[in-house]
Amino acid sequence: MRLGFNFWLGATLTALVIFAGVLAHWIAPFDPVLDADLMNSELPPDATFWFGTDGQGRDVYTRILYGAQISLTVGIVSQVINSIIGVTLGMTAGYWGGWWDDLVNGLTNVMLAIPSLIFALAVMAVIGPGLPSLLIALGLTNWSWTCRIARSSTLSLKSQGYVQAAQTLGYGDLRIMFTQILPNMMGPILVMATLGMGSAVLSEAALSFLGLGIQPPFPSWGSMLTDARQLIQLAPWAALFPGLAIFLSVLGFNLLGDGLRDSLDPHMRTRKP
Amino acid sequence: MTAPLLQVDDLHVRFPVAGGGLLGKGRRTLHAVNGISFELAKGECLSIVGESGCGKSTTALSILGLQEPTEGMIRYRGKPLTGAGAPNRIDRAKAVQMVFQDPYASLNPRQSVRTSLAAPLRLHGISNGSEVEGRIEAMLKNVGLTPEQARRYPHEFSGGQRQRIGIARALILEPEIVVLDEPVSALDVSVRAQIINLLLDLQEKLGLSYLMISHDLSVVEHMSDRVLVMYFGEIVEEGRWQHIFQTPTHPYTRRLIAAIPDPDARQPLGGCQENSANAAVSAGGQVQDVFSPPTRSELVEIAPQHWMRFAAAAQ
Repeated sequence: MRLGFNFWLGATLTALVIFAGVLAHWIAPFDPVLDADLMNSELPPDATFWFGTDGQGRDVYTRILYGAQISLTVGIVSQVINSIIGVTLGMTAGYWGGWWDDLVNGLTNVMLAIPSLIFALAVMAVIGPGLPSLLIALGLTNWSWTCRIARSSTLSLKSQGYVQAAQTLGYGDLRIMFTQILPNMMGPILVMATLGMGSAVLSEAALSFLGLGIQPPFPSWGSMLTDARQLIQLAPWAALFPGLAIFLSVLGFNLLGDGLRDSLDPHMRTRKP
Repeated sequence: MTAPLLQVDDLHVRFPVAGGGLLGKGRRTLHAVNGISFELAKGECLSIVGESGCGKSTTALSILGLQEPTEGMIRYRGKPLTGAGAPNRIDRAKAVQMVFQDPYASLNPRQSVRTSLAAPLRLHGISNGSEVEGRIEAMLKNVGLTPEQARRYPHEFSGGQRQRIGIARALILEPEIVVLDEPVSALDVSVRAQIINLLLDLQEKLGLSYLMISHDLSVVEHMSDRVLVMYFGEIVEEGRWQHIFQTPTHPYTRRLIAAIPDPDARQPLGGCQENSANAAVSAGGQVQDVFSPPTRSELVEIAPQHWMRFAAAAQ
């Protein structure tokens, strides 16, 4: 299997985020919350504090490692929920058509008309702040594009000969959807999910900024940016490094998705001799 | 008297088509198939010829159960295949299968040949692993592929080989009727003859009945026992292939036959025939509209086993 440079760059960046998140507890030099020391506040990067310290004297490097846990969890879980909802609705709507298609289309259009961040805000206002409600809110609000892509892919795949062949061979509707249609649209769905992981990381930052996401003092990249905003003149590193972490992880997810799409394309797959 | 293998009786298929006007005004009905009746005997190859949009594919889809007829009845060995009392998909699958036109779109790119052939067997209750393997191996040999090729994916095969896989998939459940939808028109000319001969061999070996849909008259001439000529949803001429190719009678049939490229020096005559046939079709005022029901007409036996449609007014 040949994989391009972009895939490996994306995989490396994503692996770095996973590595940071999983091993944060062991490799972080300080505690992200308890090691606050106002004597050390706003220190520039040096040998002890690699990325400097924030306004309360906490090590930015440590907090970024722990923040990766939040970003990863939010990105992966919300996109799994989004993909399941979007694919289930879009595929059945495209396959069955009729009133069900009209209903799903209507619902998708309504979801697209409401800004997803505002909708997530409303969901969080009802169920309260915190990580679980963040996951639910982001998981329930971003499935519309996945649904549209699943529906249009299903419509085009439905007329393929092999789907008609499966019908004449006696396959049931659900079996056709899961064995004939779904595997052939995984590429675009996967790309949507990785793009969505990036936007989920950004949404998490926005919700944390508004005080509805991760509650202080626990670190997330979004809330770190918010804290650093007031000190941007005095301690630019406190904003720079979380911003860089968001940028690189979103870039990593996107490149990984592109590379996976290429490698999942059977036309690029070669058999071992 | 035993019931014919497949009997299509007064088949009508009509589609509602949204018109141009606002508020759903001008909603029209497209008459795709208008009262087709024919029978298919065991071991026979019956071809349906006609231009694009004449209803031949819709007829085939109705027989396969992919398009519900508006009116009429399709029977398989005397038992209904459509409407109330129709078999479920599983039972129908053992009666009728289909070979598709485009060998590139008709195989799932993510399934190996073995999966494409094993899944239908398992679906139909054959769970014994060695039996499944045995039937796949035998079927691949039947269509001229080696059992080692079963683990490959469709993109590793050429167009002709893919069509062989498509034929293997259609035959794996051992159906009695196979619908061939333009089985060779998407293939290179160099492999068409191989596939045609393969189909004829399999027909003889397995006792299959073919319903072939085609506009390639040289293939039709080579393969069919009987030919139906369809024009705007109706059968305009029906007969043994000798009748249709040697004494075509309906103007439309004559135009079709005249349009066959002729390697011999009959070209001037062919061109002449085409002109007169054209004149006959337009002189008859038979420019038809798919949105209005056809005028009354009937099939008349003009020679033994040779039928042609006449307008009812002419009687």
